[in-house]
Amino acid sequence: MPSFVIAEKCDGCKALDKTACQHICPNDLMVLDKQKMKAYNREPAMCWECYNCVKICPTQAIEVRGYADFVPLGATVTAMRSTEDIMWTVQFRNKEIKPKRFKFPIRRGVGEGQVKAFGHYPTGDENLKSATLMCEPAGLNTENGPVKFTAVPKL
Amino acid sequence: MANFETVTVETDLLICGGGMAACGAAVEASYWAKKNGLKVTLVDKAVMDRSGAVAMGLSAINQYVDLNSGANTLKDYCDYVRNDLMGITREDLVANIARHVDSTVHLFEKWGLPIWKDAEGKYIHEGRWQLMINGESYKVIVAEAAKNALAEAGGEYFERVFITHPLMDGDRCVGAIGFSTRQNKVYVFKAKATLVAMGGAVHVFKPRSTGEGFGRSWYPPFNSGASAFFTIYGGAEMTCQEVRFIPVRFKDAYGPVGAWFLLFKALATNAQGGNYMKENAAELEKWQPYGKVKPAPANIRNWLMMLDVMDGKAPIYMQTHDAIKAIAEKSPDEKAARKKLRELEAEAWEDFLDMTISQAILWAATNVEPEKRPSEIMACDPYFIGSHSGASGAWVSGPEDLQNEATRKEYFWGYPHMTTVNGMFAAGDASGASSHKFSSGSFTEGRLAGKAAIAYIADHTAAPNVDGAQVESLKAQILKPLDTFAQHSKTTTDPDVNPNYIRPTQFMYRLQKIMDEYAGGVSSQFKTSGKLLEKGMELLGYLKQDAACLAAEDLHELMRCWENVHRMFQADAHMRSILFREETRWPGYYFRSDKPSMDNTNWLAFVNCTYDRKTEQWAMRKRPVKYLTA
Repeated sequence: MPSFVIAEKCDGCKALDKTACQHICPNDLMVLDKQKMKAYNREPAMCWECYNCVKICPTQAIEVRGYADFVPLGATVTAMRSTEDIMWTVQFRNKEIKPKRFKFPIRRGVGEGQVKAFGHYPTGDENLKSATLMCEPAGLNTENGPVKFTAVPKL
Repeated sequence: MANFETVTVETDLLICGGGMAACGAAVEASYWAKKNGLKVTLVDKAVMDRSGAVAMGLSAINQYVDLNSGANTLKDYCDYVRNDLMGITREDLVANIARHVDSTVHLFEKWGLPIWKDAEGKYIHEGRWQLMINGESYKVIVAEAAKNALAEAGGEYFERVFITHPLMDGDRCVGAIGFSTRQNKVYVFKAKATLVAMGGAVHVFKPRSTGEGFGRSWYPPFNSGASAFFTIYGGAEMTCQEVRFIPVRFKDAYGPVGAWFLLFKALATNAQGGNYMKENAAELEKWQPYGKVKPAPANIRNWLMMLDVMDGKAPIYMQTHDAIKAIAEKSPDEKAARKKLRELEAEAWEDFLDMTISQAILWAATNVEPEKRPSEIMACDPYFIGSHSGASGAWVSGPEDLQNEATRKEYFWGYPHMTTVNGMFAAGDASGASSHKFSSGSFTEGRLAGKAAIAYIADHTAAPNVDGAQVESLKAQILKPLDTFAQHSKTTTDPDVNPNYIRPTQFMYRLQKIMDEYAGGVSSQFKTSGKLLEKGMELLGYLKQDAACLAAEDLHELMRCWENVHRMFQADAHMRSILFREETRWPGYYFRSDKPSMDNTNWLAFVNCTYDRKTEQWAMRKRPVKYLTA
């Protein structure tokens, strides 16, 4: 059952206006059993193991058990995602192999919700039919590159 | 009929989809819409933060042409794509995306995507065209830009609304219809232009896994052919429907191999340690002039590997430990070597954790330490993904300023990235013959199509004429599986087995069995023939009839019903196109055993097809391949 919910930890997101895992699953798999107030994965064989439910769960109630038809039991990969980085712990089936821990950045320089889509470079012309996209040609260049485009290049 | 409220949304531009191409379209179109007083609306079947092929994240940006460095030209990129696709490519489209993609990547960085840089502040390349990123939140960042752009321009977006069909006014697309997967509501979007960016298709073919691992496709299982159906049903000319993609990945969990091949320079060998690319090099003669280009085309690399598998030389291994050792040995001393090893180890695991976490689980569960022993690789299943090394999608117009005299009359009809249907644009996996767009190029094509669609709307200001009878008829058709279930499910003790209907999962299994056994799936090592295809199409004919008997218990299952109808149309276009092309051109993607060679005299051409929804007939045609650079 690729992603699974630990009954003891899941509170059905009763403090939120909607269940986090149900909100995020790209394949519409997570549902809330309203009688039990517990979430579950209704179609494990359609789970991509994308971990989006794991990463978003406010009570860390969701984990992933590798696909039973080809993954031996006993290993775990756990994720702890904050607004700036993500920490991973990989535990092997063979417990003599030291678990691996990694921390990777997920954003740089722009806070969550702060992305400004427009205005990073000037737009060269306002003609709807021209080849110039927003922020071009200036946005084609970098500080490091020797080539400076003053128009969108052609072949 | 099930009692559903109809919600009508009127807009200027409708973007169908929420993945990379759709987000690119939302950003660019919003910019131009704001200046021209127009409204942009986006509709996604999931939530934009984590929808589409980049839902999990990515560990690399695979298209960065780096024109700014002077190291590469647009022609270099066209050469690479043309050769990889064995000559079948639209250079006007490839060049159009390539000349803009760098500005897209620079925007990603401004938006906060961490791109790896060296001490001098230059991007770290994985390969010639690839950049390494910390991409866990790649899609979250891009979606945020798209949502903020829409908000700034007065647009809106709908999530958890699944688009099933285009709305048509004669030969013009005037919007789309679908339903909420959360509430009993049918959505009717009326639009002056519609941009299709709903991804490619998975699960048209039977995957290798049979149990829980069914969902562990390389490309995501929720990309289910919506773009293909939308464009086909609308009457758009389709191209390269035979050009499926079969990636080679780490076996079973389908972890990426790019970093291992390109960054770590690892070698893949057969079980005896033989380098199949060298030992089978004589085979390359048969596929000239593409067989011997560097890098070898993806399908040719597959093919040389598959020859070893068919020769009993499997398992095939990625020699990870040798690669890591070779890099560490270049360090000046033991301390530096240990540090380098730790870095490499983190990079290798991040490659999986950013985009295919299952592979990390599989390695941990089978006690794989890549620095100590090799790992198995394998060709996955066939996928429809025009943005990668496949090419299937709609036939779209190129830009005017890149055409030459010969290409202009074939490849240009007014608005860049518009299909042959008026007002219907396509980007990413929805548009064909412009492979190797990947995430950044798909976003870029969305931008190009988005700006062009706004230009189209500025030229075509009349309100969309949406026929009420068409809406009512489609609504009844869309909701019918709910009615069928309600009517019949109580007549048997097990609602799964009922002679009056078929549930979508069983329907999908039937489609996959047909495709697997007749159209060159995994079980036949991707081999098929004219006779097999003809038989397969006969069986697909029964399935098409039985689609009228699909049944759904709830909204989720109703979505599954339509996903599988979408897949079925992709399957139909695929079989017809393989049958029409009387040669084998991409031996590592599919092999026609009755036409085992490449025939450049007759088939250096596009295979295009068009569907007529009124007569339910398909028309096949050849279109010429004309180059701009070669």
